[in-house]
Amino acid sequence: MTPALAFDLLLIAALLWSATRALTTADVFRAVVLFIVFGLLMALAWARLGAPDIALAEAAIGAGLTGALLLDAVGHLRAKRRELEQ
Amino acid sequence: MKAWLTALIALLCSGLALALGAAMLTLPEFVVRLPGQVTANLDASGVAHPVTAVLLNFRGYDTLLEVAVLLLALLGVLALSRHASGHAHPAAPAHPVLQTLARLLAPLMVLVAGYLLWIGAYAPGGAFQAGAVLAAAGVLLRLAGLLPAWAQPGVLLRGGLVLGLLVFLAVAVAGLPQGELLHYPPALAGALILLVEAGLTLSIGLTLAGLYLASAEWRQ
Amino acid sequence: MSAALLYALAGAALFAIGLAGLLLQPHLLRKILAFNILGSGAFLILVGLGQRDGMADPVPQAMVLTGIVVAIAATALALALARQLLDLTGQMRLPEDRPDAEPADD
Repeated sequence: MTPALAFDLLLIAALLWSATRALTTADVFRAVVLFIVFGLLMALAWARLGAPDIALAEAAIGAGLTGALLLDAVGHLRAKRRELEQ
Repeated sequence: MKAWLTALIALLCSGLALALGAAMLTLPEFVVRLPGQVTANLDASGVAHPVTAVLLNFRGYDTLLEVAVLLLALLGVLALSRHASGHAHPAAPAHPVLQTLARLLAPLMVLVAGYLLWIGAYAPGGAFQAGAVLAAAGVLLRLAGLLPAWAQPGVLLRGGLVLGLLVFLAVAVAGLPQGELLHYPPALAGALILLVEAGLTLSIGLTLAGLYLASAEWRQ
Repeated sequence: MSAALLYALAGAALFAIGLAGLLLQPHLLRKILAFNILGSGAFLILVGLGQRDGMADPVPQAMVLTGIVVAIAATALALALARQLLDLTGQMRLPEDRPDAEPADD
C-alpha cells in the first residue's frame, strides 16, 4: 500500500462519513457545519484528481458560499422557532 | 415515514450504488480521447490553459447559458425576499476586530480576484474562481456590518449584474457575420476571451454576493 | 484500479447516500444538503471515470466547474423558497409530511 493509496482511502472514508453524518445528525446547525467540512474535503479530492480549477471553485463556492447561505437559513429557522414559542 | 418504506429505500439506494460500482469496474477501453484533441487545438484557442480553453472557447455555449441560469436564480431570490422587507436594512456594525479584519482583507481579496482572472489564461484560475473570491469579499463585508443588505438594487448594481452576460452575448453575436455564433477570430481570441472573462468576473461576483445579500436580512 | 477509478466509486456511494437522504428526510434544509451531496457524487463520477487511465481530462473538468456554479444557484433559490414556506406556515417541512396535519375535505 503506497502512501498515496492510503491517503486516498482515508480521504474517501472521511468524505463518506461526513456526508452520512451531515444527513443523520439531529441538530441542523451541526448538519450544516458537517456539510461545510464535506465541501472542504471534496476540494482535497479534486486536488488529488489533478483538477486544481475545480478545487478552487469547490472550496470557494461549494463550501464557502453555500455554507454561508445555509448558515443564514439556519439562523432564520432558529429566530422563527423562538418567535413562535412566545 | 413507515419503517418498511425506509428500509426499502435504503436497500434500493445501496443496490444502486453496487450496480454503479459494478458498471464502473467493467467499462470498456476508451474509444475517443479528448485530452489529445484539446491539446492539438490549444494554440488556436487563444489561451494556454486547457480547462479555460474548453470553458470559454470549445464549449462556450455552456458557459453562456450558465451565466444566464445564475442570473435567473438571483431574480428568483430577489422576487421572493423583496416582499419580506420593503426597505433596506442598514447593517449593524459588528465587533471592531472583525471590522478591522474585513477592512484589511477586502482590498486584498479584490487583488487576488484580479490575479485569478489574469492567470486563468495560463494556469488554474479564471472567471469563476475570481468571481467567487469577489463574492466572498462581499459576504465578509456584510458580516462585518460594512455593507447593507439588498432590498432594491440600484441602477448601477443592476448594470453590473447583467454586464457579464451582455458582453458575452455581444461577443457571441459579433461573430455572426462570419456565419457562426460564438466564433472567435484566431488572432483576437485571447483578447476576446480576456474581455469576456473580465465581464463574467464582475457579474458572477455580484450575482453570488447578491444571492447571499438578498436574503441576509430576511427575518420576520 | 487507478486512483481516479477509486474516486469514481466513492462518487457512486455519495450519490446513493445523497439520494437516500433526499427521499427519507422530511426536513427541507436536510433535503437541500442531500441534493448538494448528490451533485458532488455525480461530479466525482464524471471526472473519475473520464480520467480512469490517469490522464487529466479538461472537458469533464470544465463541465464540473459549470455544474458547481449551477448547483449553488439552485441551492440559493431552493433556500429562498424554503424560507418563504417557513414564513408562511411556520414549518420547514412540506404540509403532507406533518403528522398532525388534518386531511382536507374536498
